[in-house]
Amino acid sequence: MSPQPSSDLKIKVRGLKKAFGSNVVLDGVDLDVPRGKSLVVIGGSGTGKSVMIKCILGLMKPDAGSIEIDGEEVVGMSARERERVMRKFGMLFQGAALFDSLPVWENVAFGLISGRGMNRKEAKEIALRKLSAVGLQPEVGELYPAELSGGMQKRVGLARAIAAEPEIIFFDEPTTGLDPIMAQVINELIVTCVDAVGATALSITHDMHSLREIGDSAAMIYQGKIVWAGAAAEVDHSGNPYVEQFVQGKAEGPIRMPVRSF
Amino acid sequence: MTAILQPIGRTFLNGLAAMGRLALFSLLAVRHCVTPPFYPRLILRQMIEIGYYSLPYVGMTAVFTGMVLVLQSYTGFKVGAESAMPTILLISLTRELGPVLGALIVAGRVGASMAAEIGTMRVTEQIDALSTLSTNPYKYLIAPRIWAGITMLPLLVAVADIIGVLGGYFVSVHKLGFNEGNFINNIAQDATFKDIFSGLVKAGVFGFTISLMGCYHGFNSKGGAQGVGKATTNAVATSMILILILDYFLTELFFAR
Repeated sequence: MSPQPSSDLKIKVRGLKKAFGSNVVLDGVDLDVPRGKSLVVIGGSGTGKSVMIKCILGLMKPDAGSIEIDGEEVVGMSARERERVMRKFGMLFQGAALFDSLPVWENVAFGLISGRGMNRKEAKEIALRKLSAVGLQPEVGELYPAELSGGMQKRVGLARAIAAEPEIIFFDEPTTGLDPIMAQVINELIVTCVDAVGATALSITHDMHSLREIGDSAAMIYQGKIVWAGAAAEVDHSGNPYVEQFVQGKAEGPIRMPVRSF
Repeated sequence: MTAILQPIGRTFLNGLAAMGRLALFSLLAVRHCVTPPFYPRLILRQMIEIGYYSLPYVGMTAVFTGMVLVLQSYTGFKVGAESAMPTILLISLTRELGPVLGALIVAGRVGASMAAEIGTMRVTEQIDALSTLSTNPYKYLIAPRIWAGITMLPLLVAVADIIGVLGGYFVSVHKLGFNEGNFINNIAQDATFKDIFSGLVKAGVFGFTISLMGCYHGFNSKGGAQGVGKATTNAVATSMILILILDYFLTELFFAR
């Protein structure tokens, strides 16, 4: 990945390492996410994509390495400081991770009410606006997550991710488990919503169509290292054997899929 | 020789590590219980869940325990049973049977439910989602349950004590033919603050233990449905064992000469 001036970088990761016992998952990841851009990290199942974003989010403690958000080192930060930094983030989880016990509107407004102390009435108005932004009617707000289809749950998760207008949004496998039409709808919503809030986006996926739709740039992770980085448009002719095998979905090549996932 | 010692050593070290994890979790949980922000709506919801919805189970247990206690004691010593019965009933229920049986019932009902709910939230990434929404999971999930456990168990046990004595009274007066006035007088004279207070303190400690174990095992569950099932079983089993162990030490603290 070509080095960029630190001031242009929203997220800068250097030498990130994480192991579970003897199993090394991240083995010195270097990653730059430029401000206002959308970076998509591709890689097979179990290659450490989710562990990487959990380390950046502070949900996992890395064994070594540095993570800077807006030039501020976040590894080893106190819990209070970490909460301040977390306000910059929004996240769409792979399974949407909606709270079963709360209605849809309260899921969307959760960060505003619980995290920022906004009153419920005002938060509900914002939640309904965000639901509308992802193509859902106000009456959906009164339903519970279990009453929604997978695609609708993803839309609600997206509305929740953008509700507080975060500076950085993470997307964890945003189209996994969706039919091609709904996957395309989600891809388009991601592009629209990220543009609308002017956020920096970091997505992890193994859906190549999703990469082409939502990414400005792309990187590939394999065996705990970034093995290729470049513009999203170059991914089909990268000249990198790992990327070529992954993009073309070939069984033969340098990539050996791990048995265990993390 | 090494082959024999290795698994023993590994088990011992794993046990120590588990105790360390539990101690750290407990410290964090207690710290988050007493530092803002607090979530009164969630505390109230958990109080209703633990207190109100457990009442029928604890009440049924108490009434039949009181009734059986009187019958068993009567068959044990018929001479002087009428004068001794109220004291036996009161001391047994308030000091021991009320708090312990009440806590065991709540451990089975509420501890399992807590571990299953929090465990499901863990494996479906809902706990991670809380963190990304600037909400501390300890304050949002753990602290309300611990507050509810500490406050509701003593209330449940107080009700259980009353219902249990009423059950004993019913059998004493209406089945065994004891004098009603003597029974009530003896109960009123024999009731001591220490008996009742010790039982309520025990209940508070047991309530804390049940909530802590439910939350701990749920919070650390992994591996999908099987992991949640295991967490639920562990939460109930460890709560019950700890209740019995703590009961001994609390009894010694209050009554050992």
